[in-house]
Amino acid sequence: MRNYALLVLLFSSITVFSQKCDNSLSGKVTDIHDGQLLTGVTLIIAGTEQVVQTGLNGNYTFSNLCNAMYYIQVSHPYCLTKGFSVKVSGDTNKSFKLEHHIEELNQITIEGKAYGDKSKTLLENTISKEELERFSSGSVGDALKSLSGVSALNTGNTVVKPLINGLHSSRVVIINNGVRMEDQEWGAEHAPNIDINSISNLSVIKGAGALQYSGDAVGGVIIAETSKVPVKDSLYGKSLMTTTTNGRGLSLSSKLTKSYKSGWYTTLQGTLKRFGDFEAPDYVLSNTGIFERSASVKLGFNRFDYGIEGYYSRFENEIGILRASHLGGAQDQVRAIDSDSPLIINDFTYTIAAPRQDVTHHLATIKGFKRFENFGKLSFQYDFQRNNRLEFDIRRGDDKDKASSDLQLDTHTVLLDLESRLTDELLLKSGIMAKYQNNFANPSTGVRRLIPDYKMYDLGMYFIVDYQLNDQLLLEAGGRYDYAYMDVFKFYRTSFWESRDYDQRFPEIVIEELSTQILVNPQPNFSNGSGTLGAAYTFGKDYKLFFNYSIASRAPNSSELFSEGLHHSASRIELGDLSFKSEIAHKVALTFQKESAKFSFYVNPYINTISNFIVNEPIDVQKTLRGSFQVWEYRQTNAQLLGVDVDASYAFAKNYRLKSQLSLVKGYDQTLNAPLIGMPPVNVSNEVVYQNPEFNTIRLSLQSAYTFKQNEYPNTNFEVYIPETQTRQEVDVSSTPDAYHLLNFNSSIDINLNQNSKLTVGLRITNVLNTSYRNYLNRLRYYADDLGRNFLFNLKINY
Amino acid sequence: MKNIKFLILALVVSTLFIGCSKDDDQQPQPVNEEEVITTLTVTLVPDGGGTAVSLQTRDLDGDGPNEPVVTTGNLASGVTYNGSIVLLNETVDPAENITEEVEEESVEHQFFYTSGGDLDITISNENLDTNGNKLGTEFTLVAGAASSGTLTFTLRHEPTKPNTGLSDAGGESDIIASFDITIE
Repeated sequence: MRNYALLVLLFSSITVFSQKCDNSLSGKVTDIHDGQLLTGVTLIIAGTEQVVQTGLNGNYTFSNLCNAMYYIQVSHPYCLTKGFSVKVSGDTNKSFKLEHHIEELNQITIEGKAYGDKSKTLLENTISKEELERFSSGSVGDALKSLSGVSALNTGNTVVKPLINGLHSSRVVIINNGVRMEDQEWGAEHAPNIDINSISNLSVIKGAGALQYSGDAVGGVIIAETSKVPVKDSLYGKSLMTTTTNGRGLSLSSKLTKSYKSGWYTTLQGTLKRFGDFEAPDYVLSNTGIFERSASVKLGFNRFDYGIEGYYSRFENEIGILRASHLGGAQDQVRAIDSDSPLIINDFTYTIAAPRQDVTHHLATIKGFKRFENFGKLSFQYDFQRNNRLEFDIRRGDDKDKASSDLQLDTHTVLLDLESRLTDELLLKSGIMAKYQNNFANPSTGVRRLIPDYKMYDLGMYFIVDYQLNDQLLLEAGGRYDYAYMDVFKFYRTSFWESRDYDQRFPEIVIEELSTQILVNPQPNFSNGSGTLGAAYTFGKDYKLFFNYSIASRAPNSSELFSEGLHHSASRIELGDLSFKSEIAHKVALTFQKESAKFSFYVNPYINTISNFIVNEPIDVQKTLRGSFQVWEYRQTNAQLLGVDVDASYAFAKNYRLKSQLSLVKGYDQTLNAPLIGMPPVNVSNEVVYQNPEFNTIRLSLQSAYTFKQNEYPNTNFEVYIPETQTRQEVDVSSTPDAYHLLNFNSSIDINLNQNSKLTVGLRITNVLNTSYRNYLNRLRYYADDLGRNFLFNLKINY
Repeated sequence: MKNIKFLILALVVSTLFIGCSKDDDQQPQPVNEEEVITTLTVTLVPDGGGTAVSLQTRDLDGDGPNEPVVTTGNLASGVTYNGSIVLLNETVDPAENITEEVEEESVEHQFFYTSGGDLDITISNENLDTNGNKLGTEFTLVAGAASSGTLTFTLRHEPTKPNTGLSDAGGESDIIASFDITIE
């Protein structure tokens, strides 16, 4: 068919008479559906037989043309070939659009959302499948940390929470396979419940601009996607194995996909990880083992104009928490901080004892889409999540093996999205979301609930408009509204209820008064508006400028509203506030980007101004029979975070590349005129990569990562009485650790086993110099050094 | 047009689907802290008879905002007292005796006594755990010359045993209770 069109064009060519013929014709070729730039498109001028191809940026140029009418055939392997007639007059610009169906059928499986354009005016940082595979034995947080502007909030080395531009927990929304993760993410020591091996693409949007996912991503959005299945008869898979010296453990993961030409496909995936105690350079970090088990299954049917998919995954993680971090009161904290090494060091073991976490997360989703001609693509998604979180502390007597926290969070969500191309230039995305959530705190723990029982109802709706003003400039605007209603049953201590004057302020919500406790039924509701406005400007050969302003509103989470009591794992008393309002953030981000094979970089300065920002910080010391405890209270204030992320990659010689990153963020409490607690220190990394595609894709890299000392932090030290020395002593909880430098080595080589199978062998060494260091963003930094040297040996087989 | 109708129908249906799931409100059960120690009472009975001295610290709201209520007593110079410690959880009715639990797990617990200021006392003869190491829920206290200062009782969970005192005991503190005491 294509050849036939070509022949017709060739023979119907017109003869061009010589005039002044030094004009050029240039432009780009895009997909008619989503505006995606098409590379490798062949353009032929009938008659002159000039042939050009579009490059990586979708651009083409013909030169030496006359002022005349030309017939041009535009063809691409995955598109229907089309002929266009173009009138050239002077240097002419003309862009073409092709119907990009065939490739879509091959590559894109059904998705509840169009992942192609998460936000068009915010830079999207992506971690590729190859990069993710290097972190196969680690966690999602470990992988995300490799992006500039993303750091990690650690509890030891196995609980790793992503921190985007200085913000974390409820301020970072994680989308896993189209589903917003509801896994008690409010907790600083609650890691995301995602198996890194179940995903094949991980991207970060550092802002709230991706309104199709949420309006409350004050920090940003992390999107984990599973791989796309081709529409053809095929059976393929991969297995990964990693063994490590530190932790003396093993990680195994396999994935198998079967697909059919008819559109049906299924994928099975599973991971098993078992590590014992990890080690710092000088000692064993006792009770830091981990045991992770997860599995997922996906079944779907995909056609160009409709599709349906079901997905289920189960993730279970048992994590040991450093034994030496479990303390009584502040007097114990003094001993722990003053000691150079952890107070408890035992021999290496695989046993995971208390304190530990045992978390299970189920995620089930069903989604489908249908394309309607002249109307758009309509997608539907229903998902169910169940998160069961058990935390075990060191306990006494009959309670020894009983969890001290047992929370079950069930979430049902329905999404309906519509993506319609109103004109060639105008794309409208809109949708609605309804969510029901139920949290159950098991009373049989024998410990007062940290998070109360509640039901929550959410309703959200959004729209995003993209307008392609011209070839260079794209404008984006969007709005979202969310309504949340909570129905809470909470037992307060009568003494706390009265000390806060809640008995005066909220007498109407009291249901029952017991001897020392009081049962109340708060029903807070929140109306949150959010919006985004942005522009993307393409210029020069490979430069882009993104501008984005977003406003995000986040309702306070259940911990911020209702915490009241001793938080054992943090050895402090935490107090929330019933009267909190939504947090509102205004973020302006600018990105200047260059993308080319030889030299790529981006510079991304931003400023995030947040009113009613909820901070949790120490305010007081409270005496109890168990000793003194620091009291951390949630407080609303006005905050501002500003910073810049820089990322550069330079191919300085054949097969060699230098990659550099810098992340800087400063956070201030504007009401108190003081630095915010827990801001990531400045860090710089430089990596030299050698990769030779001609020699078994051998890849060697050496990375140097330097983290500065955080010198801006609030002073939250306090004094306690120490009976054994009969003195009052300062508890230094605010000083930050010294700067540190780490070297990491990475290598891999591919070996082709046969036509269809490939073996990749890799060796990775982290902390090559076995440096002893402590990390400000590790909540256990008071008690022990971070990880020492680790050799990781990887084997991967693709089949 | 047909498509728009379909869309509106889908929207309505999915909203209904979610909206109708409000189930009956069930009140949760209260949790009474099982391990909390609200009350520590040290009873000092003079050897050879006389009125017992009672030292008590009581914090009925546990880690709530109210501070512990401390009652103390004065000792007589030169008198030997037989001391015993009782721990209670008074958030439950009847109060739970935690001393029994501590004594059952005697190997994992130990009481330490530290005097501060000029207080002249000597404590010895602590009772022992099942391994023959000190437990200290019972002890002998000798009041020396007239003086005053503080006496602190520290209960450590999972200490290193045997030890020479608080400084090398390790473990974590379950109780730290200080009393101002005068020897007359």
